[in-house]
Amino acid sequence: MFRDAALVAGKDLRVEWRSRVGAQQVLPFALVVLVIFAFALDANHNLLQTAAAGLYWVAVLFAGVLTVQRSFALEAADGLRDGLRLSGLDPAGIFLGKAAAVAGQLAVLEIFLAGGIAVLYSASLHGVVLLVLSAVLATIGLAAAGTVYGIVAAGLGVRETLLPLLLLPVVAPVLLAAGKVWEITLQSGPGAWGWMRILVIFAVVYLAAGVLAFGPLLEES
Amino acid sequence: MRRLLGIGSALGLTLTAILGLFITPPDRVMGTLVRLLYVHPSVAWVAYLAFGVTALACICYLWPRTRAPFWDRLAVSSAEIGVVFCALTLATGSIWGRPTWGVWWAWDARLTTTALLLALFIGYLALRRVTVDPGARARRSAVAGLVAFADVPIVHMSVVWWNTLHQPATVLRPSLASPTVSGSMAWTLLLSFVSFTLLYGWLLMHRYQNSVLESRLEDEGMEIALAERWAEAVPSGAGR
Repeated sequence: MFRDAALVAGKDLRVEWRSRVGAQQVLPFALVVLVIFAFALDANHNLLQTAAAGLYWVAVLFAGVLTVQRSFALEAADGLRDGLRLSGLDPAGIFLGKAAAVAGQLAVLEIFLAGGIAVLYSASLHGVVLLVLSAVLATIGLAAAGTVYGIVAAGLGVRETLLPLLLLPVVAPVLLAAGKVWEITLQSGPGAWGWMRILVIFAVVYLAAGVLAFGPLLEES
Repeated sequence: MRRLLGIGSALGLTLTAILGLFITPPDRVMGTLVRLLYVHPSVAWVAYLAFGVTALACICYLWPRTRAPFWDRLAVSSAEIGVVFCALTLATGSIWGRPTWGVWWAWDARLTTTALLLALFIGYLALRRVTVDPGARARRSAVAGLVAFADVPIVHMSVVWWNTLHQPATVLRPSLASPTVSGSMAWTLLLSFVSFTLLYGWLLMHRYQNSVLESRLEDEGMEIALAERWAEAVPSGAGR
């Protein structure tokens, strides 16, 4: 299962690396979102500093939706879905591989966005352990849930509009919990660890759901 | 059975309306606003019940031994009713919240969870609407419905920590021995719960029947069209 996952993740990341869509489109888009937020909040420094954590995770979420779209657009082209089914790879492995590739891309994106909020919103990034740990957990959860809904919406003509509707309400707890951890940490407040539990539970639930459900979902159609 | 449910719920709802509007006394604190009590909690109960039934039906569909079109149809029927009642819950709650809390909407835990629940199941219905192949639709939507439902406790937990303003549950609190509503109000409330549940059953049976007819239309539509076309062609062919 894990060998298959590594193969699929390697394939997806290689495709992304060669096409540079993530670097040339998704990342600039996420940075533009940060700038747009500043317009919406009237470039008020205090306000931006307070809201930096939440805005950061909203930007990650938007970019995450695009990344998942992209990940399944790859499989939709040229009947690659049938190729995956014929490949004899373990469906659970395919799920983990695709989720890992999405998570990897999101992680890179998050590093750049963190730089973005440090520069644009003058957020001082301290408490790095908490920030990184919560980001890792949130990214796993986002990638897992995104991949589950990616396959559910895959192959439909209206995928682009359907996926955000399906995905955004589902990942609301991640946005809330990760946003809270970052907010608390950036303002050096107490109680960040409690929110970590939600991130852990979410990641575990959606990893399990994906491992169990990916087989049946890949078989049909 | 269906007719009985229909008549029962119509009678119950009429009686609830009469009792709620004219017979029961106004509340000491909330005044006549308290009459929303006979609508809002029961509507919310039906919404949660409907989503629970959908989740169960999704499980039964995904479980290989109980897989049958019945569960798929039950899931979609219940989800549609659930979405309507969930929207009604939010609307009636909002109407109550404006004079009581002073705002149409508060970012309270239970409100936020209910709103997200509505969004989740609107997504579920949207997914059903756009998937064409019945087999794929049933399987994908069963997974989507179940995964959405699994999200509800997590959403609830996170928003409870986030913010809480809604008053604690009045009727379904553990110590039922000392309910905080009494007399004619309690009876009216009970009646409203029963009648709305009957209404749910009635709507569910009708909606189920509809989806049976829908799938018959999908299956037989082409054949009927062909048969009609042939029937048109025969006289002209005979006349030749």
